[in-house]
Amino acid sequence: MLSRTADSLFWLARYVERAENVARLVAVAHRMASVARSLGSAGNEWLSTLIATGCEPGFFAKYSEAAPADVVDYLVRDLDNPSSIVSCLETARANARAVRTALTADMWDALNGTWFGLRQWTERSKIDVMDFLEWIRERSQMFEGAYDSTMLRNDAWYFTRLGTFVERADCTARILDVKYYVLLPQDEGVGGALDYYQWQSILRSVSALRSYHWVYSVRLQPWLVAEFLILRPEMPRSLLSCFNEITQSLSLLADAYGGKRGECHRLAGEMHAKLRYARIETIFQTGLHEFLTEFIDRTSVLGSEISRLYLA
Amino acid sequence: MEKVRAFDETGAPGEWLEQYLLIKQWLDEAPAEQLERKRREAELLFRRIGITFAVRSEGGDPERLIPFDIIPRVLSAAEWQRLSAGLTQRVKAINAFLWDVYHGREILRAGRVPADLILLNDGFAAEMQNCAPPQRAYTHVAGIDVVRVGPSDFFVLEDNCRTPSGVSYMLENREAMMRLFPELYARHRIAPVANYPEELRDTLQSVAPPNCDRDPVVVVLTPGPFNSAYYEHSFLADEMGVELVEGADLVVEEAVVYMRTTEGLKRVDVIYRRIDDAYIDPLAFDPGSLLGPPGLFDAYRTGNVTLANAVGAGIADDKAVYPYVPDMIRFYLGEEPILGNVPTYSCGKRDDLSFVLDHLDELVVKETRGSGGYGMLIGPAATRAERDLFAAKLRARPADYIAQPTLALSTCPTFVASGVAPRHVDLRPFVLVGREIRIVPGGLTRVALRDGSLVVNSSQGGGTKDTWVLER
Repeated sequence: MLSRTADSLFWLARYVERAENVARLVAVAHRMASVARSLGSAGNEWLSTLIATGCEPGFFAKYSEAAPADVVDYLVRDLDNPSSIVSCLETARANARAVRTALTADMWDALNGTWFGLRQWTERSKIDVMDFLEWIRERSQMFEGAYDSTMLRNDAWYFTRLGTFVERADCTARILDVKYYVLLPQDEGVGGALDYYQWQSILRSVSALRSYHWVYSVRLQPWLVAEFLILRPEMPRSLLSCFNEITQSLSLLADAYGGKRGECHRLAGEMHAKLRYARIETIFQTGLHEFLTEFIDRTSVLGSEISRLYLA
Repeated sequence: MEKVRAFDETGAPGEWLEQYLLIKQWLDEAPAEQLERKRREAELLFRRIGITFAVRSEGGDPERLIPFDIIPRVLSAAEWQRLSAGLTQRVKAINAFLWDVYHGREILRAGRVPADLILLNDGFAAEMQNCAPPQRAYTHVAGIDVVRVGPSDFFVLEDNCRTPSGVSYMLENREAMMRLFPELYARHRIAPVANYPEELRDTLQSVAPPNCDRDPVVVVLTPGPFNSAYYEHSFLADEMGVELVEGADLVVEEAVVYMRTTEGLKRVDVIYRRIDDAYIDPLAFDPGSLLGPPGLFDAYRTGNVTLANAVGAGIADDKAVYPYVPDMIRFYLGEEPILGNVPTYSCGKRDDLSFVLDHLDELVVKETRGSGGYGMLIGPAATRAERDLFAAKLRARPADYIAQPTLALSTCPTFVASGVAPRHVDLRPFVLVGREIRIVPGGLTRVALRDGSLVVNSSQGGGTKDTWVLER
């Protein structure tokens, strides 16, 4: 398969996944901000979200303070922000158009439909942001369902899945990291009501509040939420789950291409092993934020290594 | 403008030809609302598949649809037989001519075609002299524009020998008709066109370099998604089951062409390129082009890769060379042309120029290097001021123009806002040249949707129709 085609499939899946995750992040911020307001606290949820998404420098080149409406606009539809939802979907469709022949009809329909729908949303004078975020999540899930149920199980599928799960691993880590940046007011200590609602919002944002209760059957505990999103194989958006998929796709690729492996295989294997055998206590001892930061950095290196071996 | 009295392909008024009887019955029975609903369904279908066509200098919607007319055009088996024989003959002669002008130049030495017209022409690629494309094929895909003015009067209006487009519409139009009107389709015996991609792939494989000792690897080379015909490029690659590559996907090492794949470099044998000669190789032609890989032309000349169509094929479709095509048929094949040319005045000749200037209100004047309906004057439809402006251009550079009588293009029933009405059409069949010549029955029928308009180009508001060649 052409390297450019593989590259487009990889990034196509990443951008659709990113659009969905930015939607999830904005929804978390929304929820945290309204909880904070109802508890009479002046929170910094929007600033935290900007930092966690890595959009902080770009945002402050345009604005002087993180006013909610501006942050939402920047994250949702600002074309100057390459990671805004609208930018992601524009890029995804451009990638799709460039590799039309490698897509199934269902994949194209799902993406093209999203793109046309996006035009209709942006033409409306007033949109309910939460409705829009919900719609983005649905469209992203439709795309994933479309490719998963119609693509041939060959290298094209492996690259697409790699894109989805590399991006998802990155985003789950970022969502969890939002909690690090969100300040608790001095009189609201760890374990207080606001703290509790913040953890709850994080779980909700990855559609995992109910499944947390199924798995743990106890009140929300920060280390359990972290364990759930990092180490539990049952949780489909956990870092471990993502790396189960990543290592599997990389291994299938190596098999398909005569056994050839590269640094990306080694690195993915190492990260996977760490996630499989790590204990949440240890992670908390060295610092959750430090752990997530290193994870995000290494995931980015993994992306570059995949490109170096296959996509360049 | 006075409306042109034209031949209607359904037959004389009130007397429908046999080949159109079932269509007539269908039109009589189907209420207008149903046709309108089907028309909208068709549009949705095309929009969903993503068949769009960007039009230069128009702004607006970058993904505009070419209007599709739901009433098919029908050609009888006998009509097609004659057309097909004429097209084969013409394209055979054109390829013989191309071989000749890049080798012995016999036709020039015999004085049948003026040497200056060829050798000083921008379309003549001096680099191609003594270069021997496999099977002596130059125009692997030729789109020959045919017009009709009477029951058996078909003329060739234009030969497109470089990178003619439109074949994807021929195929998608048929798909659409079969989906929208399965019963009407089933009541006819229609020659299929769906095998075109296979025929194209066979043709391209048949011109692989002689030193290729395995199944030839064919690719389609596109300028990229921003090209107006990108949909067609990706469609053809997909249907042939070959890779669609851009310049950056190809790399030339020691005069061999490779594509970059996830498994490393893979050798390429035949390139169906949909980019112009000038842009295929920055080392050999336009140095600023990024569309083709450096070194491609060297690999081609060395015989390690075949380009389709061949470099330099454009000399055969220059509008100033067009008047000589019937003579090429006589010269190379020793036959009389089956399909005639439209009478053409070469403004580079003094007598022709003065005639053209005196009759500007009756003639169509075209730039020899123009295409797509740009840079032309339709005398009868033009205003006095437009004609005067054009006359000045003609006097300044007469050799850049030809003129032809305004033809009363035949009409076909077409579904328009006011109902079913006759509209002018032309036909572009696609002729494949490899080890042999093949033509899929039919072609792309373009229709001028505006009442009285004679311009069928999609860039000028033309639409398309499915073209049915009956098998009996």
